[in-house]
Amino acid sequence: MPDHTNHRSINVSINGKTISVADGTTILDAALTAGVHVPTMCYLRGHEALGACRVCAVEVEGSPRLVASCATPVREGMQVRTNTRRVREARKTVVQLLMSEHDGDCTQCDRGDDCELKELAYLTGVRDLPYHGEKPPAHPDRTTPALSRDPGKCIKCRRCVTACNEVQQVGALFPQYRGYATQIAPAFAQDLATVACVQCGQCAAVCPTSAITEVRHTDAVLRALEDPHQFVVVQTAPAIRAALGEEFGYPPGTLVTGKMVRALRDLGFDRVFDTNFTADLTILEEGSELLGRLKRALTGDTGGDTRAGDTADHGAPAALPQFTSCSPGWIKFAEYFYPDMLDNISTCKSPQQMFGALAKTYLADELGMTPDRITVVSVMPCTAKKFEAQRPEMTASGVPDVDYVLTTRELAFLIKGAGIDLPSLEDDTMDTPLGLSSGAADIFANTGGVMEAALRTVHELVTGRPIPGDNLHVRPVAGLEGIKEASVTVSGAQGEWRFLEGVELKVAVAHGLGNTARLLDRIRSGEATYHFVEVMTCPGGCIGGGGQPRFTDDAVRQARIDAIYREDEGKPIRTSHTNPAILQLYEQYLGAPLGKRSHHLLHTTYAARPMPTGGPIG
Amino acid sequence: MAGLVQNLPSPQDIVETTSRIVDEHRDLSGALIPVLQRVQQTFGYLPVAALQATATRLGIPYSEVAGVVTFYSYFTTVPRGLHVVRVCLGTACYVRGGKDVLRAVSDELGIEVGQTTEDRLFSLEQGRCFGACGLAPVLLVDDDVHQRVTAACVPEILSRYRDGDSGEVTA
Repeated sequence: MPDHTNHRSINVSINGKTISVADGTTILDAALTAGVHVPTMCYLRGHEALGACRVCAVEVEGSPRLVASCATPVREGMQVRTNTRRVREARKTVVQLLMSEHDGDCTQCDRGDDCELKELAYLTGVRDLPYHGEKPPAHPDRTTPALSRDPGKCIKCRRCVTACNEVQQVGALFPQYRGYATQIAPAFAQDLATVACVQCGQCAAVCPTSAITEVRHTDAVLRALEDPHQFVVVQTAPAIRAALGEEFGYPPGTLVTGKMVRALRDLGFDRVFDTNFTADLTILEEGSELLGRLKRALTGDTGGDTRAGDTADHGAPAALPQFTSCSPGWIKFAEYFYPDMLDNISTCKSPQQMFGALAKTYLADELGMTPDRITVVSVMPCTAKKFEAQRPEMTASGVPDVDYVLTTRELAFLIKGAGIDLPSLEDDTMDTPLGLSSGAADIFANTGGVMEAALRTVHELVTGRPIPGDNLHVRPVAGLEGIKEASVTVSGAQGEWRFLEGVELKVAVAHGLGNTARLLDRIRSGEATYHFVEVMTCPGGCIGGGGQPRFTDDAVRQARIDAIYREDEGKPIRTSHTNPAILQLYEQYLGAPLGKRSHHLLHTTYAARPMPTGGPIG
Repeated sequence: MAGLVQNLPSPQDIVETTSRIVDEHRDLSGALIPVLQRVQQTFGYLPVAALQATATRLGIPYSEVAGVVTFYSYFTTVPRGLHVVRVCLGTACYVRGGKDVLRAVSDELGIEVGQTTEDRLFSLEQGRCFGACGLAPVLLVDDDVHQRVTAACVPEILSRYRDGDSGEVTA
């Protein structure tokens, strides 16, 4: 990134209006300061400008050529014009050239109103296509469970390359070949399934067209809903309620929990449940696992679990730090690039998979149904959840725990397609018992949230007192900084947890796989030591997931995070271990956390994935 | 030397040699292209195993390595013949009949661009300007530059290499 820290200010004129901006500011940002929006395409805010597409061209007095405003810093006395005939015509030509390589049949496209190319074409006045470029071979790639690529729709803006390489450091996508034959693709334009792709969908989240998008489950879900023999239950991840509204015109950060529940009922789901329920359950399982690991590591007690005698946890590794396991992109990332650290990942299935396993056993028993009669649909902010749902080990009841996964975008499509006007719906509430949850479950949606939820419960279990601080929040691990750390010195440890008295528990939180890789490398080298680490695959956590409404930037992420904390603070129950439905589940069905039944239904294993190609980006 | 079939390197040889080349360039910024050049000079082409080893050892995504390899026409991932025939289709050569020369070479050898003859004696490639535009159209066989080539003289040029003679060096 260019150094923008110079505080000298520069006077610049934008369309005749003189403003003062910091030295190093780009023309694009200076224009924004002056209240002028210059259209862009390849530019991704927060990342170094490529200056590749030329859509943001502006006229600078004294410069013979138009300049790319995203990549040009202002100079003292610069006179910029963003809306002259010359600029408008150049922009229009640029967009026409972009479209000459685009398979632009908008009536046969997965992308809806949020297609940036269509909007740009409209705004720049493109009403005809005079250029007809040679097009790369149309070879749609449908080889992975979560993401599909259609090179015919690609306009080579390379935003996905930035997301995959810089943000996530996975490096699955890069421009291949040259000229008309250029494709943004895995090595040698092979299929995505042949390379180390974690299915996070951050590429799909930044794609301006439908060149990369989720594999749709909408039709399969509609078929299940139409099938009279199937009892179809839906679970919604906590991040959905803070983002779905954006698809219906609400500003980012609007909570639509009640309307979402009503809409799901109107779509015909037999029960509307909450992934929050199994988020609370995750805290009990993962928190117990952490306490067990701490006990084994700190006291040398290798006699197995510290709880009731029905444990299946004997001989489990005491590897520390323990990593969270909710985020399936992170799991796949670790299986590819950090196979030596798999013992450190919590054996807990993700809340999505715990929910599926319980729906087809606990709920099935209650309903008197066999698991194959129940269809479990998830609504997730995530594309990797589609991959996770089809992992062969996720079949605790003998059939897949989760049958179909819809992204937030797909749910919006179903709601709109059914003619449901979400804003006019009355609020409704989730069904019991798998719809009851605490505020701690809500914050699973954002970076730092799983950590905070775990600390709320672990602190209270160990000391008998609520975690100190501001309204149960653990502020040092909240927010959008890439890697966050905190420590809590245990004071007043009781009973079997006395061994923790005076221990400084160190935790860390990373979001985005690039940040995660940096943190892991520090842990691997011994430079940093922690007891517990939360990892979320996507920047901002699940609220910034690959399946969320487009377009997501840091302002949108922060608005969604604020909404999630509001949802948490509005709940009568704020800690997972005080959720009565969870306590009832243990009493009636599971026994104790980490017990035999939990082990079978709620825990899983990981395996190194032989990396077909290359290495993680160093 | 006619009809000589080169032995392909073993996978172990590829990885070891590539690793050594990468290590020799480790301190160089922008090492990727020099490494690929050296690997291609060594094996005559870029084996997949060499590209994967390059990616891993340089800490660069395999997709980026492949992106560079597929961008430059100089690089090839298929084993090449003893002699590499490269016909220039840069602007000057193109307008002065480079395409006819390419057709003639292709017909004479019975292979298309990117292919190698069955006896592994010749590979055919197209070039994008060798910097000898005044001599257009230009045909390169290995390091020999043949100038103002016509389709008619192609068989004669190639026959010199069949006989093991390196041919007339004209530049």
